[in-house]
Amino acid sequence: MSTSTPRRPDARAKPSARHTRDTTTSPTERAVTYGILCLFALIALTPVAGILSTALSSQSSLDTGFSLPKSLNWGNFADAWTRGHFGTYLVSSVVVAVAVVALTTVLATLAAYAFGTMRFPGSNALFYLFVVGLTLPQEAVIVPLYFDLRHWGLTNTYWGLILPQTAQSLAFGVFWMRTYFRNTPRSLLEAARIDGATHWTSLTRVLLPMGRPAFATLTVIVFMWTWNEFLMALVMVSDEAHRTVPLGLAFFQGQHSSDTALLAAAAALIALPVVVVYLLLQRRFIQGMLTGATKE
Amino acid sequence: MTDGTRRPEAATGKGAAVPPKGPAVPGKLAARYRRRAPGEPRAVGYLYILPALAVFGVFLLWPLGQTGWLSLLHWDGLTRATWAGWDNYRDLLTDPELRAPFAHAAVLLLFYAALPAALGLVLTAALTRFRIRGMTFFRTVLFLPQVLAMVVVGVAWRSILAPDGLLNDTLRAVGLDALARSWLGDDSWALPAVGAIGTWVETGLCLVLFLAGAQRIPRELYEAARIDGAGPVREFFTVTLPGLRAEVAVALTLTLVAALRNFDLVYITTSGGPGNATSVPAYEVYRRAFETGEVGAASAMGITLTAVIFALTMVVTRLVEGRNR
Repeated sequence: MSTSTPRRPDARAKPSARHTRDTTTSPTERAVTYGILCLFALIALTPVAGILSTALSSQSSLDTGFSLPKSLNWGNFADAWTRGHFGTYLVSSVVVAVAVVALTTVLATLAAYAFGTMRFPGSNALFYLFVVGLTLPQEAVIVPLYFDLRHWGLTNTYWGLILPQTAQSLAFGVFWMRTYFRNTPRSLLEAARIDGATHWTSLTRVLLPMGRPAFATLTVIVFMWTWNEFLMALVMVSDEAHRTVPLGLAFFQGQHSSDTALLAAAAALIALPVVVVYLLLQRRFIQGMLTGATKE
Repeated sequence: MTDGTRRPEAATGKGAAVPPKGPAVPGKLAARYRRRAPGEPRAVGYLYILPALAVFGVFLLWPLGQTGWLSLLHWDGLTRATWAGWDNYRDLLTDPELRAPFAHAAVLLLFYAALPAALGLVLTAALTRFRIRGMTFFRTVLFLPQVLAMVVVGVAWRSILAPDGLLNDTLRAVGLDALARSWLGDDSWALPAVGAIGTWVETGLCLVLFLAGAQRIPRELYEAARIDGAGPVREFFTVTLPGLRAEVAVALTLTLVAALRNFDLVYITTSGGPGNATSVPAYEVYRRAFETGEVGAASAMGITLTAVIFALTMVVTRLVEGRNR
């Protein structure tokens, strides 16, 4: 929307280089700073720790507080898996997430390749059309989308979840991959062309193998969004067979709201896959999520 | 931030400018090797875009247009729709029950966007004074709320804010029994309670963004400021804040969109209640379209919400980035 250019995705902050130790800060100031940081870290972790401690507590205790459970009780997870049907919900979530990630990656890469390396009339206008999707709220499309999908017989199917979520992810995917293609050295493509590579071989043999970091970021971000998506599943799915985990948790809360231990175990099961990937690849997550807003 | 990596031929602007023609090759050769000069328009580009555009068009742009159309109708989702004209939009302005969600959204904007950005800036000012050990750990922890499903966040906070939850237990333990209450069930406290959850989610995002930005500010500026005798406060206003303009714009954009798209959290924690104390536009769109059969009114609200988001995003970009960009 504004005319500022997007930040380069690879422009990582170099942590230590510029932060030389200087002598103008007093030991007291240092202590206070670390104290504040620890306090905020504690606040960020408390709800997460609360969920975990409740999930591991025995079911009979009604205490929702933060006391450490006396013995680790893994039974709640098994219960959520079987009695709460989270095994089935996880299958639905995995099917939808894998399909959305695959579709988004392929479609976004193809489109972004054209936007980033070729020139043709109307390319800018078409690109801005995709960029609009970055800030478009679901509420603007969800109502007619439901009636359309019902008309096409796609409600209560995986496709009814996959296709709309792919459309939503494409905005970010096209934007992100175009930035990557624009930032690859021009000379590389020219060299490939001189060697007789077609536009297709340049993409598959030269640009894709080089772009692994960009793909990794795109994959984890789209996976997280799809995995956590709630409203789309709530509207499009009413039968249990296609329920995804966030939807399962919402229904579970409605039925067993007093069973806090089971509810917490279910919540932990949902959060676990994303948190594990996040801990392994936190730089990619942060990078991707913060670049989404830097529009052109 | 001028983009030094932009290629010269792409910098000519609208892309469709007159392309440089390749050298004229004699007829027969030209037929055999129909090579284009580098940078010449390629029709094959449309082919690459087509699949993505088809999905994007059918499942996002087309429904967006339909929402606009539906917003001009009176429709319960079942029987024949009747023409409404601008009625649904007029109701948004006049009906207090339809206006309230937008007022609530405005309150939530303070909690989701203004407060986290302010907290993030203050913390950044403190954290850039010297090199912090273990920054990766703190960054990972502070950003964690961003990757959790809002449904999970809602379940976690519901138990903390419950009448016998952690917050009330803590208040009672320190002798503030009078303050303990059912936070999400209280007419006047439910909205701030939902807002506080938003602050919890968004503060880490702002802080991580600002810290990354602050590291790009040249150290010499700080040294110059200190030589001129600037204290921490002057240093913040003369060096840190101006250096973080772009980051503030990004943070405000992301958080205000999150504040206005806020459906999951309200659905899980309060369902808009008690009464309609926490009803927000995103939730009302769902409720009216799929529960009470007011599809036209829901659509009008969806369109208005979109317009508000776009307008606010643009205002933020203009205000914070200024005219020099």
